[in-house]
Amino acid sequence: MATADSSAFHVRGLTKIYGHGDAAVCALRGIDLDVPRGELVVLLGPSGSGKSTLLNVLGGLDSPTSGQVFFDDRELTAFGDHDLTAYRREHVGFVFQFYNLIPSLTARENVMLVTDIADNPLSPEQALEMVGLGRRLDHFPAQLSGGEQQRVAIARAIAKQPNVLLCDEPTGALDIATGIIVLEAILEANRALKTTTILITHNASIAAIADRVLSMADGRIADIRVNRERLEPSRLSW
Amino acid sequence: MFQFLHPMDRKLLRDLWHMKGQAFAIAIVIACGVGMYVMSSGMLLSLQETRHAYYERYRFADVIAPAKRVPEALLETIQGLPGVRRAESRVRVGAVLDIAGAEAPVTGVLISLPEKRRAIINDIVLRSGRYFDPRHPDEILLLESFARAHGLRNGDHLHAILNGTRKRLTIIGTVLSPEYVYAIGPGEIVPDDRRFGVAWMNRRALAEAYDLHHAFNEALILHSPGGRQQSLIETLDRLLKPYGSPGAYGRDQQVSDQFLSNEIQQLKVMGRLLPPIFLLVAAFLLNMVISRIIDTEREQIGLLKAFGYEPGYVGRHYLKLVLLITFFGILLGMVLGLWLGRGLAVLYMEYFKFPFLIFRAPAEVFFVATTFSLAIAALGTASAVLRVMRLDPAIAMAPPPPPDYSRSTRWIESMAIWMDQPTRMILRHIYRWPQKSALTTLGIAMSMGLLIASSFSLDSVRYMIDVSFNVIERQDVSVHFVEPRNARALHDLRHAPGVMQAEPYRAVRATLRHGTIRRREAIVGLPPAASLSRLVDTRLQPVQIPGQGLVLSDKLAELLQVRVGDLVHVEVTEGRRPVGDLPVSAIVQTYLGTSAYMDLAALNRLMREEAVISGAYLRVDSDQRANLYRALKNTPVVAGIGLQEEAQQAFNQTLQEILGTFTLFNTLFAALIAIGVVYNSARISLSERGRELASLRVLGLSRGEVSYILLGELTLLTLLALPLGALLGHLLARWMVHSFDTELFRIPLIINPATYGYAALVVILAAVASGLLVRRRVDQLDLIAVLKTRE
Repeated sequence: MATADSSAFHVRGLTKIYGHGDAAVCALRGIDLDVPRGELVVLLGPSGSGKSTLLNVLGGLDSPTSGQVFFDDRELTAFGDHDLTAYRREHVGFVFQFYNLIPSLTARENVMLVTDIADNPLSPEQALEMVGLGRRLDHFPAQLSGGEQQRVAIARAIAKQPNVLLCDEPTGALDIATGIIVLEAILEANRALKTTTILITHNASIAAIADRVLSMADGRIADIRVNRERLEPSRLSW
Repeated sequence: MFQFLHPMDRKLLRDLWHMKGQAFAIAIVIACGVGMYVMSSGMLLSLQETRHAYYERYRFADVIAPAKRVPEALLETIQGLPGVRRAESRVRVGAVLDIAGAEAPVTGVLISLPEKRRAIINDIVLRSGRYFDPRHPDEILLLESFARAHGLRNGDHLHAILNGTRKRLTIIGTVLSPEYVYAIGPGEIVPDDRRFGVAWMNRRALAEAYDLHHAFNEALILHSPGGRQQSLIETLDRLLKPYGSPGAYGRDQQVSDQFLSNEIQQLKVMGRLLPPIFLLVAAFLLNMVISRIIDTEREQIGLLKAFGYEPGYVGRHYLKLVLLITFFGILLGMVLGLWLGRGLAVLYMEYFKFPFLIFRAPAEVFFVATTFSLAIAALGTASAVLRVMRLDPAIAMAPPPPPDYSRSTRWIESMAIWMDQPTRMILRHIYRWPQKSALTTLGIAMSMGLLIASSFSLDSVRYMIDVSFNVIERQDVSVHFVEPRNARALHDLRHAPGVMQAEPYRAVRATLRHGTIRRREAIVGLPPAASLSRLVDTRLQPVQIPGQGLVLSDKLAELLQVRVGDLVHVEVTEGRRPVGDLPVSAIVQTYLGTSAYMDLAALNRLMREEAVISGAYLRVDSDQRANLYRALKNTPVVAGIGLQEEAQQAFNQTLQEILGTFTLFNTLFAALIAIGVVYNSARISLSERGRELASLRVLGLSRGEVSYILLGELTLLTLLALPLGALLGHLLARWMVHSFDTELFRIPLIINPATYGYAALVVILAAVASGLLVRRRVDQLDLIAVLKTRE
C-alpha cells in the first residue's frame, strides 16, 4: 500500500453539489482517495456516478463544494483561477472522448500548442512518434481518421511530460481495433514517462489494463480493486 | 408561461431570448434605417404639404412681374390676359434700415399692403399687433424673425431711407409671409435675421415716398388652372417692356421658394440613399446570425425532419425568427423616426419661417418602411433558410467532419514558420472562411463609409465658404446703389471714412439664350484686374477677365449647354435694352448660384453708357468701421450693404446648427452599425469556436492568450476594413455631391484627412467596445460543458 507521501493525489471529504434547493444534484458525496504516483487508474461506473466530476476536479477544471484535494502536497482546492491555469499548463495532460483538436492547426502544430508553453517538453515529433503518428506530422485534423485524431490528442497531452494524464472516455467514439491502438498509446506514455494516469470508461473490460480499478456509484467510491497482473491492450476484447 | 404556444414557438421565443444581445444589435441597425427613412420621408412630405397649404391659403403668386413704374390702369389689361385668374399690383422697394443699437446699416425691403385689410395675393400672416391705421402713414409691419433678432417690439421705431429721405417708422405688428419662408438678403446664401429685414407698409404712404401715385412696380399673378405659365410670362414681358420690366418670372424662380425646393431635394436624396444602406447591412447581419444558428441546430433540424416535420415548416420556423427581429427593429425605427422628425421640425422652424410645421409621417411611409425592411430581411436570410429546408435529416444528425484547413495557400504556409500557433490559427481561419471574413470586413467598411459620407459635407461646405469668402469675394463690405451711378460715386466711396480700397462693379439684368434655353441672369461687370471680387478657375487660380465676351460660371455654362467659343444671345432687360450675341470667352468655378461676368468697360459699351457702376466692393480699416457705417446710413443713394464677416458668421452658425446636428445623428447611426457588425461577428466567432477556445484553456492557455485568438481575427478584419471603408466613404460622398448639385449650390468633394481619421476612430472604438463585451464571455467559458458536448 502506498503512503500518502508517494501519492500523486490525496483527496479528503470531496463533495460536489450542482444547483441549489430542490434542483440540487449531489455529484460527489465525501470522497476519500489516494492515487499513487505513476499508476494507471481506471475509473468505472455508470452515467451520473460522478466519474467525470472527480476527474474535472483533479484536473483543475472544476472546484468542489467542500473537501480538499492535494497534488504533491499543494492544495488544489485553495487555488484561484490563475493558479489552476498554471497547474493545468505545467502538470496535467487531458484526453477527451471527442479529441478537441484545433482544426486549423496540423498534428504537429496542435502538439506545439502545448510544447510552446511547457517547461521541459518532448519535441512534437517525439510525442507524435510515441503514438505512432511520426509520418502524419503535417496533416490537418480533417485529413486524419478518428483514431489518429485521438492519438494526436494523446501526443498533445503527453508532450509536456505531464505528471498526470487524465483521459475521459478516450475510446468512447472509436471501434475496437482503433480503441486498442489508442489504449496502447496511453499505456506507452504511462510506462515511458511514469505519468500518473486516470482513465474514465464505461467499458469494464478495459479495467484489465489498469494497476488499480475504482468503481464509482452514486457519488461514492463503491469498490477499489488492485490488479495483480495487467493485461496488454492487444489482448482485450469487447 | 407560453403554455398556449406550440412547442416550436416556445423554442423560438427561448432562442430569441438566448441571443437577445445579437438580436438587439440587428434590430438597432434595422431601426436606424427605418428611423432615418421615416424621418426624411416624413419630413419631406410634411415640408411639401406645409408649403402647399401655406402657399394656397395665403395666395402665393404663381408669376411675379417686376417693372420700374407701371400705370395702375395697366393692371386691368393684365387681369384680362389669357391664363390670368387674378392679378394685383404693389410697390416693392429696397431700402437701407437703421435700427437703434445696430452699428451697421441693414439691407431691407419695403412692400406695400392695401390700406384696409383684405385677402390679397402674397398675403401676410399677422402674428402680433394690428393692421394699419390709415391716419398714420408711418406705420409698418415687420417680419417676425427680424423683429425678434433686434429685440424690436410693437410701438418701437426704426429709421429707413425712403427714396433719399430718412424717415422714422413705427412698428405696429409682426408678420410672416409665404414669400419669405426663407428670408434671405440679396446676394446672400444663408438667412441672417439681423442683417436682412422686410417691412410692409401702407400702399398710399409707400407710393407717396417713391412717387408711384396711381402706379405700381410689381404685378402679382395667380394663373388659372392649366394655364401655360411660359406663354403668360412672355406676354407679360412684351406688355411691361416699355415700363422697365427686367422680366417676369415664375414661383420656381423666387428666391425663398428656390431655397425651400433645394432643401426638399436634399431630403429626397437622403431618404433615398441612406436607409437602404442601413437595411442592407441589417440583412447581411441577419444572414450571418441565422446561418450560424442553423449550423448549431443542424442536429435538431435533422431530428424534426426525422419526426416528419415538412421542410417548409422547419424553414418557416427560422423565417419567423428573422421576422420577429425585423419587426422589433421596424417598431423601434418608427419610434426613433417620429422622435427625430419632431426634433427636425423644430430645427426647420428656425430657418424656414412657416406659421406652422407639423411633422407627420403618413401611413404610406410606415407601409413602405415595413415592406421594404421585411423584404430585405427575407432576402438576406433566404439562402440560409433554403439550406435548412434542403438539409438531409440523416446527414444533419451526424456530426459534421472537422473543417478542412489543409488547402491553405502557400504564402500563409511560408509565413507560418515565423508565427506562433495562435497567429496561425487566426490566419488559417480567415483563409478557410474567406466569404465570412470578407462579409465582416465589408460590413465594418460600410459603417465607416456611412460615417464619412455623413460627415464629409462639413468639410466640403467649410471649403466652399473658405473659397467663396477668402479666395473669390475678398472685400470687407459691398455697397450697391439704388440706381446705377457715374464714376463720381466711386470717388466718393474711396474717400469715405476707413475705406482703403474700392473696386467698382456693374450689374445688369439680362436674359441669356442659347438655342431654346433661356435664363434670367445678372451680368456683372468687373474691372480687368479686380482683386476684391475675383474670378478663379478650377485650380483656384485667378482668371483675368477678357476684354470682350462673357465669362460664365461652370453651372451656368452647363445649364445653357455652352462651351468656350459658343455664342450666347443676350437681351438686356434694363436701360436701353441692348440685344446682341456674345461669345463665351471663359468658364470659371463658382459654388454658389449661377453667374455671368464681363469686363466692366465692355459691359458699359454694350449698354451704350459712359462709366457707370451699380456699386462697389470695399476693403476697410477695421478701426474705422463704425464711422463708415454711420456715413453709409446717411447716404441716400445706397440701397443695400453686404458685410462679409457677418455673412460668414451667419453661414458658420447655420452650418454648425443644421449640418452639425445631422452629422451627430449620422455618427451615432454609423457607430451603431459598426457595433452591430463587430459585436455580431465576434459573438458568432465565439460560438463557432467556443469549443476550440475551451480546449485551449484546458490545455493551460490563459484567458488573454485565448482572447488573442478570437479578438486578433476581429482586429485584423477591422484593420483591413479601414482602407476599404475610406474608399466606400469616398464613393458615397462623390455620389452625394453629385445628387446635391443644384442651381443654388454645388458642394465640392472635399474630405479632410481628419474626417477619415474620425471615421476610423469611431469604427475602432466600436470594435474595441464589442471586443470587450465578447471578451467577458471568453472569461466565462464553461470549460467542462463545452468539452462534454459533441460538435
